[in-house]
Amino acid sequence: MEKKNKNSKKPTYSKFSQQELPAWKPILSPGWVIATFLTIGAVFIPIGLLALAASDSVVEIIDRYDDGCVPDDFSKNAQSFIQNPNTKKTCIRTLKVPKKMVAPIFVYYELENFYQNHRRYVKSRSDKQLRDPDDEDETKSCYPEANTADDKPIVPCGLIAWSLFNDTYKLSTKNKAITIDKKGIAWKSDIKAKFGSDVYPKNFQKGKLIGGAKLDEKKPLSEQEDLIVWMRTAALPRFRKLYGKINTDIEAHETIKVEVENNYNTYKFSGRKKLVLSTTTWIGGKNDFVGVVYVSLGAICIFMAVNFILLYVFRPRRLGDPSYLSWNRNPIG
Amino acid sequence: MARGGIREKLRRSSLYTLANIRTKPSYRKEEAASEELSGYPRVIFVNQQTVSDDTPPPIFCTNYVSTTKYTLFNFLPIALFEQFNRVANFYFLVAAGLTFTDYAPFDWPSQVVPLALVVGFSLAKELYEDLQRHWQDMTANCQKATVHVGNGVFESKQWRDVCVGDIVKVKKDEFFPADLLLLQSSYEDGMSYVETMNLDGETNLKVKRALQNMSLPVVADDDKAVHFSDFRPTIRCENPNSNLYTFTGNLEYNGHIHPLDPAQLLLRDSKLRNTEYIYGVVVFTGNDTKVMQNTTQSPSKRSKIELQMDKIIYLLFGLLIFISIVSASGFGYVVRNLVPLWWYLMPEVPGEDFDINNFFVSGLRHLVTALMLYGYLVPISLYVSIEAVKILQARFINNDLHLYDEVTGVPANARTSNLNEQLGQVDTILSDKTGTLTCNQMDFLKCSIAGCPYGKRPSEVELAAAKQLKALDTHDEEASIGSLSDTTSLEAITITDDGNANKSQAIKGFSFQDDRLQNAKWLKEPNADVILLFFRILAVCHTAIPEISEKTGELTYEAESPDEGAFLVAAREFGFHFIKRTQNSVVVRERLSMDQEPVEKEYNILTLLDFTSKRKRMSVIIRDESGQILMFCKGADTIIFDRLADTGKQYLEATTKNLNDYGEAGLRTLALAYKKLEENEYSDWYEKFHKAQIASGSNREELLEELSDVMERGLTLVGATAVEDKLQKGVPECIDRLALAGLKIWVLTGDKMETAINIGFSCSLLRQGMTQICIVVSAEMLAEAAKHVIKENILSQITTAIQTIEDKKETRAAFALIIDGKTLTYALEDDMKFQFLNLAVNCASVICCRVSPKQKALVVRLVKEGTGRTTLGIGDGANDVGMIKEADIGIGISGVEGMQAVMASDFSIAQFRFLERLLIVHGHWCYKRISKMICYFFYKNITLALTLFYFEAETGFSGQMHYDDWYMLLYNVFLTSCPVLALGVLEKDICAEFCLQFPALYQQGPKNLFFDWYRIIGWLANGVYASFVIYIVNLRIFSPESFRKEGQTADMYVIGTAMFTSIIWVVNVQIFLVSHYLTQVQLHTIWGSIVVWYLIVYIYGMTPVDWSAGNIYHQLPEVLGPAYKFYLSTIFVTILCNMPYLIHISYQRCYNPEDHHVLQEMKNMKKDVTDTKMWKREQVKATQDTEIGLSARVDAKMRLMKGRTTRKYSSLAYSSS
Repeated sequence: MEKKNKNSKKPTYSKFSQQELPAWKPILSPGWVIATFLTIGAVFIPIGLLALAASDSVVEIIDRYDDGCVPDDFSKNAQSFIQNPNTKKTCIRTLKVPKKMVAPIFVYYELENFYQNHRRYVKSRSDKQLRDPDDEDETKSCYPEANTADDKPIVPCGLIAWSLFNDTYKLSTKNKAITIDKKGIAWKSDIKAKFGSDVYPKNFQKGKLIGGAKLDEKKPLSEQEDLIVWMRTAALPRFRKLYGKINTDIEAHETIKVEVENNYNTYKFSGRKKLVLSTTTWIGGKNDFVGVVYVSLGAICIFMAVNFILLYVFRPRRLGDPSYLSWNRNPIG
Repeated sequence: MARGGIREKLRRSSLYTLANIRTKPSYRKEEAASEELSGYPRVIFVNQQTVSDDTPPPIFCTNYVSTTKYTLFNFLPIALFEQFNRVANFYFLVAAGLTFTDYAPFDWPSQVVPLALVVGFSLAKELYEDLQRHWQDMTANCQKATVHVGNGVFESKQWRDVCVGDIVKVKKDEFFPADLLLLQSSYEDGMSYVETMNLDGETNLKVKRALQNMSLPVVADDDKAVHFSDFRPTIRCENPNSNLYTFTGNLEYNGHIHPLDPAQLLLRDSKLRNTEYIYGVVVFTGNDTKVMQNTTQSPSKRSKIELQMDKIIYLLFGLLIFISIVSASGFGYVVRNLVPLWWYLMPEVPGEDFDINNFFVSGLRHLVTALMLYGYLVPISLYVSIEAVKILQARFINNDLHLYDEVTGVPANARTSNLNEQLGQVDTILSDKTGTLTCNQMDFLKCSIAGCPYGKRPSEVELAAAKQLKALDTHDEEASIGSLSDTTSLEAITITDDGNANKSQAIKGFSFQDDRLQNAKWLKEPNADVILLFFRILAVCHTAIPEISEKTGELTYEAESPDEGAFLVAAREFGFHFIKRTQNSVVVRERLSMDQEPVEKEYNILTLLDFTSKRKRMSVIIRDESGQILMFCKGADTIIFDRLADTGKQYLEATTKNLNDYGEAGLRTLALAYKKLEENEYSDWYEKFHKAQIASGSNREELLEELSDVMERGLTLVGATAVEDKLQKGVPECIDRLALAGLKIWVLTGDKMETAINIGFSCSLLRQGMTQICIVVSAEMLAEAAKHVIKENILSQITTAIQTIEDKKETRAAFALIIDGKTLTYALEDDMKFQFLNLAVNCASVICCRVSPKQKALVVRLVKEGTGRTTLGIGDGANDVGMIKEADIGIGISGVEGMQAVMASDFSIAQFRFLERLLIVHGHWCYKRISKMICYFFYKNITLALTLFYFEAETGFSGQMHYDDWYMLLYNVFLTSCPVLALGVLEKDICAEFCLQFPALYQQGPKNLFFDWYRIIGWLANGVYASFVIYIVNLRIFSPESFRKEGQTADMYVIGTAMFTSIIWVVNVQIFLVSHYLTQVQLHTIWGSIVVWYLIVYIYGMTPVDWSAGNIYHQLPEVLGPAYKFYLSTIFVTILCNMPYLIHISYQRCYNPEDHHVLQEMKNMKKDVTDTKMWKREQVKATQDTEIGLSARVDAKMRLMKGRTTRKYSSLAYSSS
């Protein structure tokens, strides 16, 4: 070995500096291509079928009630009905159960055309205030629903809380009430960390009722699970939120009577309101999309694999065949 | 000015031997006097630290030199300004500023942090580079100089403290601290030798002379020079300028005015040689010095890919503005028509975001927000990533052992990393000759004495041709049938060469090998007396100075031209040591046989007739010890042959034949002749000659010329020499490979046309059978005819040439264009240059000779602008600086010569031959890496930014994001940056050997196959597709029903995180598919990025709720982790997004493979080992059709031989029948 001269500018040898690192150089040969597509197809189609089966096993009942729950004489002007404190807001809906629903059955409300994702709406909250009673003055971010007219902080402040959904449902079958469990519908971490157990609503919805629900000032925020669920803003203007759980099975072909208290004003912006009862499986609620796309992508892959096999059979190209080099295909010069 | 210029001047003014023959023309003084009246602007009071009060000392700049770009105070403002001059950076600056307002859709860190990182990185790089320059300056400024401080006392001072007017003493082998006016040297007559390598790249010594008529006492070599204590002349001279070869002024001392000229000026950064010490007055200091005036900031060059990238950025800005306008108008529409109904937003309360009563203003304000929100379209980190990648690529170039020159110990150096990928796109190489293609070192190789050829070693051209033929034969039987007989002789040459290859570097300048002449065996040759004469001529007829090395006692020679040096070395090796030169004699120690002691012989030089490019010959008239007057003459063969006496033509025929052979072998030849003179014959002539010498008047030169001509007639031919202008190692091969890779090579040289043509032959740019088109205007015409006549003449030459080429197009004829500098002056004028270019482009090789540095640059510009192709200028000397700066890529040869070219270059390599690897391997790789990288960068940013846009449409265009700010922040700077950096640094499509073996692959670069709009648009479309799939599929999978068994529904941030996870997977799998060369680094960065993403979400979610802003608090473990749909969506989206690309590349590889695909497969199947025959055949085919280089030469030779053998065979057949 020659001794390394300190002043020598000779670059030192290393596999890295000489760009000779060992490397994996995969070549997408026809075999690999066909195998890849076949594998994807073989994996995706069963997954898709499983997902379809799961989706199929979900029992889901959807009932849109915003139209039906407005008395005929108000149908031209549903808003005046909803904003009139003296009108009777309850209405009765009946739902048919097509298949047996095994507990837990989840009760959702679904709103359409409601922009919980609007920037002004999303921004209008104060997380600090929700967590800590000492931070109740932290209402700056809650614009435009920060303080009352006499400048007292609203707890919880902001548009989100202010517009809390306030329709209620009472379910019964054969005059036997079905209890809806309102506990455990929010994320545990939200209850534990984001909504203080010693923060109580204050100055909330004190004025004329324009917005949503009132809150029980006796209960700390961490127990107001409806609010907690509502405060998790939805991504799209059509969204479902968990209302409660039913922990008893409902037999097939039963009729469920729903007593809806129709308080929430979706009429102004022509939004829709729906009540949804649904069971879940491992993929969640009823959703054929997952299964369909998986099966179709799998099918496309099989199709591509077949195509490549056919091409390979009828127009094979030997790997490393020099006749495909550009100078052999169209000779230079 | 041209190199030739200074030689000319030196020769005229002050060669030691000629000093007494030539006096300075008298008109110089008159001229100087008249100039004095007009007054020189610069007045220097020499040796006066304090000047009387009424004339305040003129203020000159100090000798402190600073080449830094910034100072401590202006660094930040200037560097920042430069950073934000980039449109993308400026945009991000504005955006970052706006994040502090309510317009911003996100918090300030997500804009400010990446910007700070990006700009901070660039600033750090600038700062580092500038500091390096600063340290360099400091070492220069702190060197010690010996300066007169009064009363003859000299003290050591730092260079930066040297002032104008100081008297400085410089010792042997020291550098001059400033531009000095030479006052006195250790030689009596004020002579000194200077090496100007750092200035103009010339290694030969220049002579400088002190003022002759100014008497200063000579002092011994101690540090006291008392006579300077009251030496107070005044110097008036021109203002500082950049012209290295001019200087005018005068020196007033004791009432006398002495005119000054460049011969007295010693330039800073040149070195004192062969002279014990000198005293000089500082004339120009610091930035006023000629060398500093000559340093110009090299223009910052940008590669074509970067320019195209800018266009893409503008395209993306266009897209950004477009979707922002869509977004803003959407917002305006929503505010006007829908928002009033959305009571839950309290629309009646106007806010900073909107005001339902003024939807137009709301829309405008939203435009600002949108412009920021979609800013992710423009990859903020692109510039900085590319910069980082290029620095690393440059390091690879610097560290490449194949580019390291063992002999000089110089590695390659990428001085700017901006142009790495441009190396892969070069179309035309414009090369300097001396020092670049050749070593500027002459090797005495062969000679012909008395018509008999001596010297057995083959020239490089012969060797290379032999090798090539041999190589070809081994795998091309077909061809070898015909050429067997002819190649054997060449093979024999190859073999003999191998035997003594180890000896070849033994003696510099001497590669002669022939036992008949060496070791005094020549005495036994039949024409020993002629041979003796031949050696004497070599030893006597020259203007060189011998130099005895102190260490070894060996003789070396300082010759004006390397040819002469080679002759003297040859003479020495033959036993004729030229040991001493005095004013009028030359002493040669001759060893006439092995056993005899050498005898010293003194030859009196009576007259010396100079070599000029016009005369093309030089002669000395000497009187030897026996009193015989002889004239020795050497010169170009045509000139000498014309002047032979009828009796002197004995060897003419044989010598001519030998000379032709030498010419074909690419050697430079000179003929040697002599003449005996009678005493009275000489004295008659000398009388006239001397009269002419001392005469003044305009016809003096002519007269001398005429008289010389009379004398140099009636010569007797002795023989001819053949020296090899030694090509740099590997030059012919390199040129061949480059030509095969489809590169065009032009040679621009300051040399004479003959020399240039010779070199053209020896490096295979020219060959026999090539039609040489010489565009020349005769000297008479240049002198007499009007400009438009000359131009017409040139134009007609050009048109005829073009016509000839057109006519012979079918016949595969090759053309070479040779043009000289004077003609080029006209050809480069606007009205003619395109015709010239048209002609030049149609010729296989182009040689421009006698071109000035400026013309070199102009030619480069013409090619660059006229053809729009990428040009590469390569050179080694100061005269190439213009060319190097002008070319798209400038390459400096950092060999033995000066640093000027290297300082101006973008890359420096030690040898021309490294150019091959630099271009074909590094250039190719860098081009592919950078183009892949840029495409991918745009892809990944479009993928991200468009999902934001789609989401906007769902939020009433309100500017809400569904991603956490931190995701956005980390995306460009962290989550996706490492794999793409690894790709840019390490990706290889083909290994280095294959790149070199298949030169055709290089053409992918000049043709820009990997960064054309087709490909770019394809990538942009891929990004649009991916963003769409990611968005739609995730939303449909997660919404609106419950996404997990526990019944909860997904909120905005859950969907955001899921979607972002998909993006991370999609772009990382995409880069996996893009890469071909997956080292551990790539694999780790790709998988690492994905893993790190999950870790970030997890860890970020586990931080206290204040930090995570609550949005993703405990999201991964509690919300997304247990949901199967989360994984289903990721897998599905990843596969679906990459499906089109996968299908595309699968199909392409299977049925429309590109060259590198096939080669990859061949490599994979080890076909290069198993099927060598096919492998070799493909290598040969993988070349561009070329008319230059060895291969073309061999081709031509083969055609010739085939023709010959068929003729032979047919004649055989004929005779046998």
